[in-house]
Amino acid sequence: MSSRTQREEADAYLKQLEDYANAMKSALGVPVIVDPKTNIAIWFDQRELRLRFIISVEKTRKFFEGLSEGKLLATRCKATGEIFFPPQVDCPSAPNSEVEWVELPREGELVTYTIIYTKPYTFGHYPDYTVGIAKLTNGVQVLAWVRETDPKRLRVGMKVRIEVVKRQPEGYITYEIVPAEG
Amino acid sequence: MAVVGYGHSRFGVRSDVNMAELAWEAIKEALETSGLEPKDIEHVVVANAGGWSSEPLPAVVVAEYAGLTGKPLHRVEAACASGSAAVASAYEAVASGMADIAIAVGIEKMNESPTPTVVEFIGRAGNYFWEFENFGLTFPGYYALYATAYMARYGATEEDLCQVAVKNHYYASMNPKAQFQRKIDLETCMKSRYIAWPVKLYDSSPITDGAAAVVLASEEVAKKLTDSPVWIHSIGAASGTANLSKRDDYSGLKAAQLAALAAYKRAGLEPENTARYFDAAEVHDCFTIAEVMAYEDLGFVRRGEGYKLVREGQTYKGGLIPVNLSGGLKAKGHPIGATGVSMIAELTKQLLHKVEPGRQADIRKGLVIAHNVGGTGHYAYVTILGLEKPKAR
Repeated sequence: MSSRTQREEADAYLKQLEDYANAMKSALGVPVIVDPKTNIAIWFDQRELRLRFIISVEKTRKFFEGLSEGKLLATRCKATGEIFFPPQVDCPSAPNSEVEWVELPREGELVTYTIIYTKPYTFGHYPDYTVGIAKLTNGVQVLAWVRETDPKRLRVGMKVRIEVVKRQPEGYITYEIVPAEG
Repeated sequence: MAVVGYGHSRFGVRSDVNMAELAWEAIKEALETSGLEPKDIEHVVVANAGGWSSEPLPAVVVAEYAGLTGKPLHRVEAACASGSAAVASAYEAVASGMADIAIAVGIEKMNESPTPTVVEFIGRAGNYFWEFENFGLTFPGYYALYATAYMARYGATEEDLCQVAVKNHYYASMNPKAQFQRKIDLETCMKSRYIAWPVKLYDSSPITDGAAAVVLASEEVAKKLTDSPVWIHSIGAASGTANLSKRDDYSGLKAAQLAALAAYKRAGLEPENTARYFDAAEVHDCFTIAEVMAYEDLGFVRRGEGYKLVREGQTYKGGLIPVNLSGGLKAKGHPIGATGVSMIAELTKQLLHKVEPGRQADIRKGLVIAHNVGGTGHYAYVTILGLEKPKAR
């Protein structure tokens, strides 16, 4: 039981309901089951929908090219100097201005953090992970995983740096906050 | 404008009813308390966050079932503040003269999906691409970011936060509509497991099915319908950044502060030391830290002093201001789209002395306040209700 990931447990629960529903279909012809948790009749949905979105990054391609080169990039409004992270390619306060790409500093301090134990379904295959927000030396803030899951070894205000890392098991490049003090 | 009717389903795991049946429980009571029939309603707004439930057009499904087909109808979304957004939208319909009688219905059926799916949907509520896709934040996780920062800055403890849960479970034990009608002690909360450090299971509101409805009417119509209308003094609304990383401060919710300022201004109240104005408050305690921040964001006390109210028991009846006599989101339950409407229904009943003994506020000032936050300070609504008709501005 404890060796199963949260995702495997969720899948096993639904599989159990589906098996009940299939048994009821064989017996009564309809996928109506009595929920073992609530003792109430429920229809087991016969339409399963998988969601995977197609998201445009055309205007921010440089950000991902930067990651491939080990860099963390942001945009800066040429008119106002405002730095955008996450990067955006339009400056609402200077609508006719353009943005330029700039590399973010890597050093900063930890503003806040949390350790996620109960996970969303699509993160259910990971061990517990820490999410934090770092304030970089130029004032820009970055939210990312923090490479430390012991709350006793983390504190607000501690020095951190940003590293570009490969996320496993998916095997893609992203960025991470790393404690820079012992 | 006045609230002339209110309805509220039992909150909890409501697999015994489908979405329309659940909404009808609230609509039926709202019609009964206002002395109206479906044909009398001129405008319908339905709040539902959805995603986890099967109906993508909940407004039409609910309206058809409730005999409200044909009326102007739309659904609103402001995450966990969708209910307040529905009340605000119904308010606007009446205020503009589009309708004399409007109903705001909040409905959520969260248990149509397994828990990890619900956790996923709420975790996506912020900026999906930049803060969820790679980092898998959860709703408790978002608020945990605030809890960590708040405790580090002001010295509040996990015990302080758990005292909020103890209070809200205490009042929910007297609310027959609540999901958790049992008291808990501090130890139960402190020993519960972490779900997003430093937020524990008992710091957290549950996954809830539920519905609530309120009927709003113009002054002229309200006076004909009832001799005890509850007047809407003001609605203040504001918003916050989608990305949590773009916030300046993690010890309070800017959107709630702005919404409160707007509500106080419209109602002609000073924005400081505001507990003096109200007999009771319903605040958005999706997590215990959220209730502590609400005390400050609403101006009951100065920044950094909210946890002291909890420590001193000042938000029980008899204290500075009783907060969440319904049990709050924490123990009454938090059916996302229904919560804001539930607050207005609850406070209307409080003003009219219609809640259960033991959790009825002493109504002396005749003014109450609702604080409803969507997402993690992504949306905020503050609504002030009163027994006296507001002075014309």
